[in-house]
Formats: sequence, structure tokens, C-alpha cells
Amino acid sequence: MSGAGSDAARRLRSNPAAIVAMYTMLAIVALALLGPWLNPNSIEALDWLHVAARPGLQSAHWFGTDRLGRDLFVRTLAGTRVSLGVGLLASVVSLVVGLSFGAIAGYSGGRIDHFMMRIIEILSGLPLIFFVIVLTVVFGRNEYLLFFSIGAVGWLTMARIVRGQTLSIRRREFIEAAIASGAGPGRIIVKHVIPNVVGPVIVYATLSVPQIILFESFLSFLGLGIQEPHASLGTLIAEGAGEMESAPWMLLVPGGFLALLLLCLNLFGDGLRDALDVKEA
Amino acid sequence: MIRYFLSRLAGAIPTLFIIVTITFFLMRAAPGGPFDQEQTLPPEIMANLQSAYGMDRPIWAQYGRYLGALTRGDFGPSFKYKDFTVTELIRQGFPVTLELGLIALSVALLVGIPLGIFAALHHNSAADYATMSLAVLGLAIPTFVVLPFLGLLFGVYLHWLPIAGWEPGSIRHLALPTLALALPPLAYIARLTRGSMLEVLRSHFIRTAFAKGLPLRTVILRHALRPALVPVVSFLVPAVASIMTGSLVVESIAGLPGIGRYLVQGALNRDYTLVLGMVIIYSTLLIGMGLLVDLLYAWLDPRVRP
Repeated sequence: MSGAGSDAARRLRSNPAAIVAMYTMLAIVALALLGPWLNPNSIEALDWLHVAARPGLQSAHWFGTDRLGRDLFVRTLAGTRVSLGVGLLASVVSLVVGLSFGAIAGYSGGRIDHFMMRIIEILSGLPLIFFVIVLTVVFGRNEYLLFFSIGAVGWLTMARIVRGQTLSIRRREFIEAAIASGAGPGRIIVKHVIPNVVGPVIVYATLSVPQIILFESFLSFLGLGIQEPHASLGTLIAEGAGEMESAPWMLLVPGGFLALLLLCLNLFGDGLRDALDVKEA
Repeated sequence: MIRYFLSRLAGAIPTLFIIVTITFFLMRAAPGGPFDQEQTLPPEIMANLQSAYGMDRPIWAQYGRYLGALTRGDFGPSFKYKDFTVTELIRQGFPVTLELGLIALSVALLVGIPLGIFAALHHNSAADYATMSLAVLGLAIPTFVVLPFLGLLFGVYLHWLPIAGWEPGSIRHLALPTLALALPPLAYIARLTRGSMLEVLRSHFIRTAFAKGLPLRTVILRHALRPALVPVVSFLVPAVASIMTGSLVVESIAGLPGIGRYLVQGALNRDYTLVLGMVIIYSTLLIGMGLLVDLLYAWLDPRVRP
């Protein structure tokens, strides 16, 4: 195991794009977490003397301000924090749901498997984003339920991958040994199946974080996600897009942050996939 | 072949039925109703409004009535756009959305596939890396960031193209929205084509074709392209879904009079019939695309023919 792990680490290190992406990503995360200590402005404070001010390192507002005089540096970092948080939380939800569903389907086999996979097939044929829109309206615009509903629709691919992996190890000796020693299906799935499918799961989870961040900012952009006075990169971009002729930095700053963040997450995920040599289902 | 297609078609109907049912009851479970903004109304008028839309009846009766009307192609009246039926709203907006989506899909295919072939033929060269880096960029950056950025560049700074607005038949107004919509699927198609082309180029029948002395062009177009397109075809359904999703934001940013805005507005306004109509239209399109993909599959790869 350690041999395969260090092999993968070496392959990852020899991929310059993935490494640069990883460090850039870490820098963005650090900036998002440390941001409040770097700049004295608060997220909601209105600076009436500097409304829609241009960005500049000499001014108090490094990235400029918006129409209400709120500091864009602080708001963008707060938005990045929200986007990262949603991305991670929702990925965990989709991981847990997909892992359990896929492992149960794959391990049970036969009719149960067939039925469970049929559900996934039907669900993936649907325009899920439309359901999330309907869901966010049904649940009210509650941020925790937002994570939940995004995660709840992100689990389909995860379940497929886990099922495929589970099928491939289901007839292996160590599973037979566990059955022979009297372990029930629940215990086998938790103790033996899940630990053995973890590699591809990690890769897919990494690749699903940018998708989920994209999805969250998409919903926020439409006005269905994070609400004022809180900011997400999506809401900031929506505001900026409306002001782009007079105050282009309001669009360029959050838009650039989101683009850079997603680009890095994708490049790193791709690198990880190549390094661990995981085939996409 | 026809029987296979018909059985798939029959399978699509229950799926659509489930979608309609789930959406119907999900919308009704939402707190609030379509007449909430008019809360100052006297209770008698409220009762009249409710009964005019059939909302005073038990929910199962409403559901039955809706399904009945649906089989006649009637999506019911819109709750918010008074004097309009959902069918009329869709009929007005759909051509715009369809035009936008079809152009975007064609651009994605007509640029993405050649780009992927080009990268595969120059495997591991600078051109290959450059193309694939651009593809990652196109995949990673969301449509609602790309479109305002394009607008800023080509509209505000260069004054080449309009940022927003729409005129019937005007290609200039559709240029930026189409480009923004096409980019993510284009990038993915280029990646898929490159990957499968590389694999096909290594196979024996391609070596044979080269050994016969056929020119590169013939080998690629006659022999390699068809098997290499199989993964692209299976990506068509997600591609259409991505373009549909993108059109929700693109239409609102670019101010296009399509049906994209109705879904979000309808959901926020509790315009039950409008949301249902939109979900039905989008699901039907997606399911239809799935059927088309099955047929294309059979054409591309004789082994999957039943």
C-alpha cells in the first residue's frame, strides 16, 4: 500500500500543472481564512466616502468598493470562504450518500442491485438542476438545506463508481472469509467493502468539489442561494455583471477569483486522477 | 431497430409521468401560494381566485385534472402572467431558447471534434498541450463568468458586439451568448475526442489502413472518426443538459426573451403551472435527446445493434 501511495505521490509531483494548481489553491484557501486579519474593513460596513471606488493598493480598499461602498476585498474573501465551505460540506453529503448507496447496491447484487441502479438511471436522466431550483424554493432559502440539496443530487456518479468497485471485489477471498466467519452484510460493507474502494472515491470527491462550488455559485447567481448581506462568489458576480460598464472591477474581482479557484481545483483533481490511475466510470 | 426504438419510447412515458408527479406535489408542499402578494385581498375574493384556478378542490382532484389537461397538450393557465396560458408563454419563448441552444450545440460539436482530432494527431506536442490547457480553462470557468467577461471585452471595450438585447434573426446579438454557452461542452468534447482518437489510432485496423498506403485524411475521416465519436455521442445528453442549465443564466444576463427566466421566476412566485410546464419541456427534451443518442449509437457501433 505504501509503495503504491508513494508511486502516486511521485507521479503527482512530476505533473507541474497539478502542483502549481495545488499551491495556488492553498494560497487562495489561506487568503480566504486569513483575510479578515489582513484588512480592517468589515463585510457589511458602508464607506459612503468611497462608493464604487476603483481598486488600488494605496487606498483603504485594495479591490475597490461596490455601489454601497462595501469593501470588495473583504467581501470577495468572505464569498470565497462561503463557496469553499459549501463545496466541502456538500461534497461530504454526496460522498456519504453515494458511498452507502453504491456499496449496498454492489454488495447485494441481483434484483436489489438492478432496482437501485434503475433508480440512479432514472435520476440521471432528469434535469436535476431544475429539481434543486424547485427544492430550494420548497425548503425556503435556508443555507444548510442548500448544502443538503446540492449534495443530495451530486451523489449519483459517486454511487455508480462505488458500485462498480464493489462489484469487482465482491467475490474476493477476504469477503468470503468474512462471510465464513459469520459477519453480517452491514458489517462487511462497513468494515471490508468501503475501506477497499476508497482510492477512486477520493479522486472523484476531489473532482466533485469544483462542480459543487460551480453549482452553488450558479444558484446564488440566480438569487436562490446565499442571501444578502452575506456574500458568495455567485452573488458578487451577479452584482458585478449589472455594473460592468461603470465599475468593471466589481465583476472582474469575484469572477477572477471563482475562475482561478475552479481552474486550480480541476487541474489538481485531474492530476490526482492520473497519479492514482483511476478510470472514470 | 424500429421495435427497439419503440420500446425505448414507451419506457420514456413512465419516466415523464414520475417527473410530473414529483414536481407537482413538491411545488404544492412548498409554503406559500401563488396569490401571496395579494394578501390584502378580502377573503371572498381570495376564495373566488382559488376556485377560478380550481385550487379549492382536494389536491388529488387537482392532480387528476392537470394530468387530464396535459394529455390534450394543455399546460393550464399561468398564475402570475395573467391572461396567458403556460402553453402560450412557452410558444413565445421557446423558439429563442431553441435557436440559442442549437447554435451552441453545433458550435460545440463543429469546433470541439476537429480540435480533439488535431490534438490527438499532434500528441504530446506543444499544440496538444496548448489545446488541452484551453480545454481545461473552458471547462473550469462557469458560463455566468465567461459571458460578462466576453461582454466587457467585446462590448464595453472593443464595441464590436452588443452586450445584451435581442432582435429577431440577428446573429450579432446571439454571438456572445452562444459562445459562452458553447464553451464548456466544446472543451469537454475536444477532450473526449482527443482521448478516444488516441485509442483508435493505436488499433490494428488503423495500422492496416496506413499500411495500405491511404493518405492520413482518408484514414482519419473514413476509418478512425466513426469509432472515435462513440464517447462524444454518449456525452450529447449531458451536453444538452449543460446548455439548458446555462441558458437559464445566459438568457437573463443577455436579456434574451427565451423561456429560461420562467423557471426561476415561476418557482419563486409559486406559479405552479408554469414551473410544471417548464420541467416537462426540459425533461422531454432531455429524454428525447437520450433516444436520439441510442439511435446514433446503433449507427456508429454495429455491435450495440439489438
